Amino acid sequence: MGLVFDSELSIHCMHSMYSGINISQTDARPMYLQIMEQIRARIAVGDWAAGKELPSIRALAAALSVSVITIKRAYLDLENEGVIFTRHGKGSFVADVNGLAGELQAEKIDEHLAAAAGIGRQLGLSEEELATRLRRAIRNLDKK
Amino acid sequence: MTQTKHIEMRGVRKTYPFFTLDDLSLDLEPGQIMGFVGANGAGKSTTIRLAMGLIAPDAGDIRVLGHAIPEAQGAAKRDIGFVSSEMRLLPHTTIGWHMQFISSIYPEWDAPYAEALVKRFNLRPAQGSGGLSQGEQIKALLMLTLARRPRLLILDEPTNGLDPVARHEVMTEFMDVLRDDNRSILFSSHNTVDVERISDRITFIDRGRVVDCNDKEDFLERWRRIHLQLPPGVTLPHLPGIVSRVVDGQFSTLTTNSYSDGLLALLGNTVRDVQRMSLEEIFVANVFHHREARGQ
Repeated sequence: MGLVFDSELSIHCMHSMYSGINISQTDARPMYLQIMEQIRARIAVGDWAAGKELPSIRALAAALSVSVITIKRAYLDLENEGVIFTRHGKGSFVADVNGLAGELQAEKIDEHLAAAAGIGRQLGLSEEELATRLRRAIRNLDKK
Repeated sequence: MTQTKHIEMRGVRKTYPFFTLDDLSLDLEPGQIMGFVGANGAGKSTTIRLAMGLIAPDAGDIRVLGHAIPEAQGAAKRDIGFVSSEMRLLPHTTIGWHMQFISSIYPEWDAPYAEALVKRFNLRPAQGSGGLSQGEQIKALLMLTLARRPRLLILDEPTNGLDPVARHEVMTEFMDVLRDDNRSILFSSHNTVDVERISDRITFIDRGRVVDCNDKEDFLERWRRIHLQLPPGVTLPHLPGIVSRVVDGQFSTLTTNSYSDGLLALLGNTVRDVQRMSLEEIFVANVFHHREARGQ
């Protein structure tokens, strides 16, 4: 039953492969975040497997009727999160979580730590105070 | 990027008895959609008429698709499609007559695309121009223009007078044009929802002056409203990038055009809430800020 329904559905959706992604005007989050979340969801449930090529930026922009710069921003942030990767001239692909994604995750956490260090300096915290706070944050995670 | 800019305006001035457009600079790159936002009478249509060579500037340089305007407008216009919500089809003719006429002038006319647009916009070629609604007029004009496949589309309030369904159809078509990264669109509007959705770059204009011009994502990232609660007796230090500040007892609302984690750290635990702003809110705050700065 499910299979029959699936094939019917794909016929209805042929004119736009990505018509399932939509943008809400009543959602307070910016459009790029809404797009990121829906792409993440497709990857998380396995509909978009590792290595799958994502639609080109311009194709997705046209399909969703949103600006190219918004899609660029969404792809760039997904790349920074390690969810997708981009080969120049080839396109963007769903990342293999165990491989490349690991490195990107490491970069991502370094970025967050750098931001925390920056805020710490602005607040006048010493290196030791900042380290104490990080250790406390880790202990708090364990408590939960 | 060494590609020729699709529109390049530098230090343009145009003076009328009761209105002056001054020191206008504007750049449109290939592959981009620029939203041109301003109140009625801000100078949007004047700017568009200057770019089209319909009027000559009193000072400054204008180049469109690499051609000097207004001198070489003939060469530029082959590749420009221009639609304004004030345009009408010729009276006592049909949509089909216009299609025939335009295809005989422009060798680039794409007949299959024209047919597809007629279907998508639900137009009837046999229908006379006199009986068309405002929305049908605009959709017919857009069909006639898009089917020439111009590299540059200049659209003056193209969604004016369109119902929500027609607006959606038309905007989908605009985005389809941009699948080709050598095409571009400049469109003016006071409908900021349309502009926010499809523009890559946004230019705000007010009282004949460009108020701000930036990537859309930059606008949305940098502008925030911050709600603070300050204990009695505590005053805020001078903070950079605050465009407005409203104080009501212990509560203050700041509007900033340069939001950052650093700013948030400076404000510390007085912050109760941080809100993103819609393009419309950013536009209005921006305009008031600049009017104030210029003492108007």
